[in-house]
Amino acid sequence: MLKDITIGQFFPGKSVIHRMDARVKLLLTAAFIVMLFVADSIQALCVGVAFTLIVYPISGIPLKMMWKSVKPILPIIIITAFLNLFFIRTGDVYFHWKIVKITEDGVKTASFMAIRIVCLIVGSSILTYTTSPIDLTDAIERLLSPLKKVKVPVHELAMMMTIALRFIPTLIEETDKIMSAQKARGADIETGGLIKKAKALVPILIPLFVASFRHAEELALAMECRCYHGGDGRTRMKQLKMSVLDLFGALFLCLFFTGVIIVNIIV
Amino acid sequence: MDKNFIEIKDLKFSYVNEIEEPPVVTEVLKGVSLNIKKGEFVAVLGHNGSGKSTLAKCINAINKPDSGSVTVDGMSVADDEKLLDIRQKVGMVFQNPDNQIVATIVEEDVAFALENMGVDPKEIRRRVDEALKTVGMYEYRMHAPHKLSGGQKQRVAIAGIIAMRPDCILLDEPTAMLDPKGRAEVMKTIKELNAQGVTIVLITHYMEEAVQADRVVVIDGGEIVLDNEPKKIFSQVQTLKNLGLDVPQVTELCWILRNEGIDLPEDVITEDECVERLCELLS
Repeated sequence: MLKDITIGQFFPGKSVIHRMDARVKLLLTAAFIVMLFVADSIQALCVGVAFTLIVYPISGIPLKMMWKSVKPILPIIIITAFLNLFFIRTGDVYFHWKIVKITEDGVKTASFMAIRIVCLIVGSSILTYTTSPIDLTDAIERLLSPLKKVKVPVHELAMMMTIALRFIPTLIEETDKIMSAQKARGADIETGGLIKKAKALVPILIPLFVASFRHAEELALAMECRCYHGGDGRTRMKQLKMSVLDLFGALFLCLFFTGVIIVNIIV
Repeated sequence: MDKNFIEIKDLKFSYVNEIEEPPVVTEVLKGVSLNIKKGEFVAVLGHNGSGKSTLAKCINAINKPDSGSVTVDGMSVADDEKLLDIRQKVGMVFQNPDNQIVATIVEEDVAFALENMGVDPKEIRRRVDEALKTVGMYEYRMHAPHKLSGGQKQRVAIAGIIAMRPDCILLDEPTAMLDPKGRAEVMKTIKELNAQGVTIVLITHYMEEAVQADRVVVIDGGEIVLDNEPKKIFSQVQTLKNLGLDVPQVTELCWILRNEGIDLPEDVITEDECVERLCELLS
């Protein structure tokens, strides 16, 4: 279960999308999400799907990796689809048995929702898979840098994000170790009702909590030893640079965005 | 070669626990004096709580001396202005490799210190590649650190330090959490760095590692009790045992045999030497 978490897992590659500027990718992903929500009909959404289907193969991410990020969301997709399917009672009736009534509108909304969520996940995963977390936080830092003028600690926030991403795998590993250690001492983690299971988590969470404090202290020391003194006068090894590629990317998305709006107006 | 790179004079340091009422003061270093020359390889031994890690942190300006002085290349660690210069000259590697790696990609972690120092991006690239090649981790530059073995992670941490081009590296039990293979990798890297002229201060629990140094300093109860070449230190088997320290296995073997009346020299510290002596005896 813990191994399935894919947040911040970067898939190194040399595709066109990998080479794009992280700032542009971030903004385009945001625009892509807006686009999916602007689309208010199945037809308009199809334009969004087409965009996803074109961009995904270009990114060169293996299907297995993509499946890994969609899988955890699957229950949510299924539940939303089912709720829409049974609770929308307008439109032509396809199937009617006692109180169960499936209608045309229900089917449409259910599939619409499901497709939209899948596109959202795939789109944002393409961003995290093709951008190294450092580039990503760097991009956020740059994009938010105007906020420094109103005393928002942008650099500190970006550094916190980097460290959080860096420690996700370490803490997962540690959780596994603590779980095994507690099991070896006779702790029952897997069986029992919800409340019993929740209670069984306490002896796992407390050591994990204590351990993260220790990590934090040692890391702070190690960072100080490597001359860390905040964001002042810092340089970056990898400079973010915009290129023609980014312009094409932006134009490409604009094209599809306009497509969605046109389809919205027509339908 | 003759100039002292690190000069410690009558250094005293205490930890104060302010949560307790009245505050509890634990005196860790009780007047340590030590000079380390440029290019030396010094191993620091001592059992837990003897003050050896605290000493290292004093050299690196993490801890400020209560009294006495510590100077690195002529700069006093008490001088806040020189803090970053000192930390650039004296890099420090810690025990747990996981807690020293900041970034999610090996090469970006190695670049971390240089980015903090405000080095030009092109120069950073050059130094990062050089540092990774020095520790033999260049092929892994695009990997995620959590997928590496302990020894590899520790080498990445060392690369992150040598990228700063320090004159001296302090290593605080860098091999304590590693398996024998990782330990050998790290020791090989340390010796190579020393051969290139980098001053090494290695804090360790493993006598087999201390044997490889030019000089061994033994700390007990916040004071330096022994300071000499490895051969002269480890020949004092009984003294070391009284201090709660071990001696290398081969030295111990020879010591036991000598106590049984077999004619063996006192200063056998490496396996090869031991084999040679024993063969001489048997032939």
